[in-house]
Amino acid sequence: MLEIKGLEASIGDKAILRGIDLVVPTGEVHAIMGPNGSGKSTLSYVLSGRPGYEVMAGTATFEGKDLLDMEPEERASLGLFLAFQYPVELPGVGNANFLRTALNAQKRARGEPELDAPSFLKLARAEMKALSMPDDMLKRNVNVGFSGGEKKRNEVLQMAILKPKLAILDETDSGLDIDALKIVADGVNSQRGPKFSALVITHYQRLLDYIVPDRVHVLSAGRIIRSGGPELALELEANGYAAIVAEAA
Amino acid sequence: MSAALKSSALQASAQAFLQRFEGLRARLPGDVAVRDEAAHLLRIAGLPGAREEAWRYTNLRPLTEFEFNEPLTPVADCARLLSLVPDLGAPRLVFVDGRFRDDLSDAPALAAVRVGGPAYGKLAHPEREKLVALNTMLSEDGAEISVANGVDAGTIVLVSLGTDLAGRAVAFHPRHIIALGKDAKLTLVDVAVGEGVYLHNPVTSVQVAEGAALTHLRIQNESAAAFVLSTLYADIAARGSYDSFSLVLGGRLSRAEIHARLSGPDAIAHLNAAQMLGSNQHGDFTTVISHDAPNCASRQTVKTVLSGKARGVFQGKIEVARAAQKTDGYQMNQALLLSPDAEMDSKPQLEIYADDVKCSHGATVGEIDAEQLFYLRSRGVPAEAARVMLVRAFLDEAIEPIAHEAVKAAMEAAIDLWLEKQAP
Repeated sequence: MLEIKGLEASIGDKAILRGIDLVVPTGEVHAIMGPNGSGKSTLSYVLSGRPGYEVMAGTATFEGKDLLDMEPEERASLGLFLAFQYPVELPGVGNANFLRTALNAQKRARGEPELDAPSFLKLARAEMKALSMPDDMLKRNVNVGFSGGEKKRNEVLQMAILKPKLAILDETDSGLDIDALKIVADGVNSQRGPKFSALVITHYQRLLDYIVPDRVHVLSAGRIIRSGGPELALELEANGYAAIVAEAA
Repeated sequence: MSAALKSSALQASAQAFLQRFEGLRARLPGDVAVRDEAAHLLRIAGLPGAREEAWRYTNLRPLTEFEFNEPLTPVADCARLLSLVPDLGAPRLVFVDGRFRDDLSDAPALAAVRVGGPAYGKLAHPEREKLVALNTMLSEDGAEISVANGVDAGTIVLVSLGTDLAGRAVAFHPRHIIALGKDAKLTLVDVAVGEGVYLHNPVTSVQVAEGAALTHLRIQNESAAAFVLSTLYADIAARGSYDSFSLVLGGRLSRAEIHARLSGPDAIAHLNAAQMLGSNQHGDFTTVISHDAPNCASRQTVKTVLSGKARGVFQGKIEVARAAQKTDGYQMNQALLLSPDAEMDSKPQLEIYADDVKCSHGATVGEIDAEQLFYLRSRGVPAEAARVMLVRAFLDEAIEPIAHEAVKAAMEAAIDLWLEKQAP
């Protein structure tokens, strides 16, 4: 599904990713952990096409297609989804309009029939119920006046409606209390299946108690320095990043 | 030297208008003494020049490129221009090149309408506003719309068509009065469209009596080659409200100037606007709100979207008299620049002489937010559609409060059309 080879990227003159190799097969959930400044968020932004990053070397393919050459909207229509660490507020854009515009834009790009307003509302309400979100969040402006937890839930709602093949969750656990964390994790887990992959980026092991990954990778100074099973996350939790970083050096 | 040249060109234009007046003087309807007085003012003061504080950002010099003639009568076919006016299912008063056209108009059932000559009223200040002096001197026609005490007159549409006479630029100076009696209600929709080069210089006086409510929705979608210089005076008595929204899309050079006076306690004025200007358009929205009585509220949300080399101006003055305690004034002016060559000038001005007031104002000028754009694109919305969504979102705060659904829909359609035209 996702194949990254020798990926190097920088912001301005500053090299952030220094040769990432990573394969996320279809149906698997991988976690990327690492200390602050290791390049976790940069990896998610480079994969989703955020302007401002320069790819210096390497490739990233999604279902065999070169991701790095595509516009962000093309990547999205192909089935890539980024849950933002800091979801963006859109004053003046209603949440329902936003979600339906996004869904139909993707459907149009894929040559699928678009959803009319009633069918969309039915879908959105069902997904919101599953995420314990009140109906009025559809009427509100996107993320405006939302609490931290509501914003993250809104990201998961978008994922549930857009049904991506690969979701990148960028520190979706940050700022969540334990109840919200469970709701968000349930939302991600409900998408899991043979056709859904995820890259879960997190600083803390806590989220991985609820979204149990198939593989865990440790990112440090722009490189993956260790990969392993879910037990690697527990080891990190117990010993901290310093021990693994020192060992790899 | 150049300033002197500018003013001399403008003064030559003023001279041309004065000469035209001499020729028409005997034929114009109404009180000739009023016109002579206005001509006298214009002769002394001329047209407003860039050295005047109130005209610092809007230079009328492009006016001097044309010779403006009086309209010809009758202008035959208006069907095409009329088709640009949204059908709001309400009675229409149609003016073509500033002249009332009975054959294209309907009589409103619940308001008295008088046409056929200019209704000057008492609110206008030709000695202060030079364009009002010009209007007073040359005005031929206008509507006087009166709503009796306690009557809800529904919606009336005031239409202005500016026609193209194959290179013969015309100037017209309609003069309107809108008067609402005690506790009366009216929604007045002003729609102005046109083609070719012309000067449209309307003056409107609005009187809102105690407890009355006027909703004034204006769609200025005039010819992109036209000069549109409008002046409106409103006087709002106790508990009255003047709720206006102006959508400005047209005109090569336009200025909408509003003087609103809150003259009785608990009166309300909303002077909201959205200006959307492209290519070389210049659009100026200038307001003066005078709080002369206690407990009054004024609200202004003015949004400007500029593309190409367009230039936008907002001047907003709030005057709070000593007697106007408990004044609640709010003014927000925001501009979105879609092009690096566009320019916005914004001048908020507060003059407060009362000590117990709440007045706030803010002004921002910015571009489309890169984070918001990426967020939408990351969800699959193509870049151009995402930009359109964000411009509409920017305007939403100003458009959303419009309660008249049909007018709101017409405005949204006009905005969408504008956005389509900007797409690369």
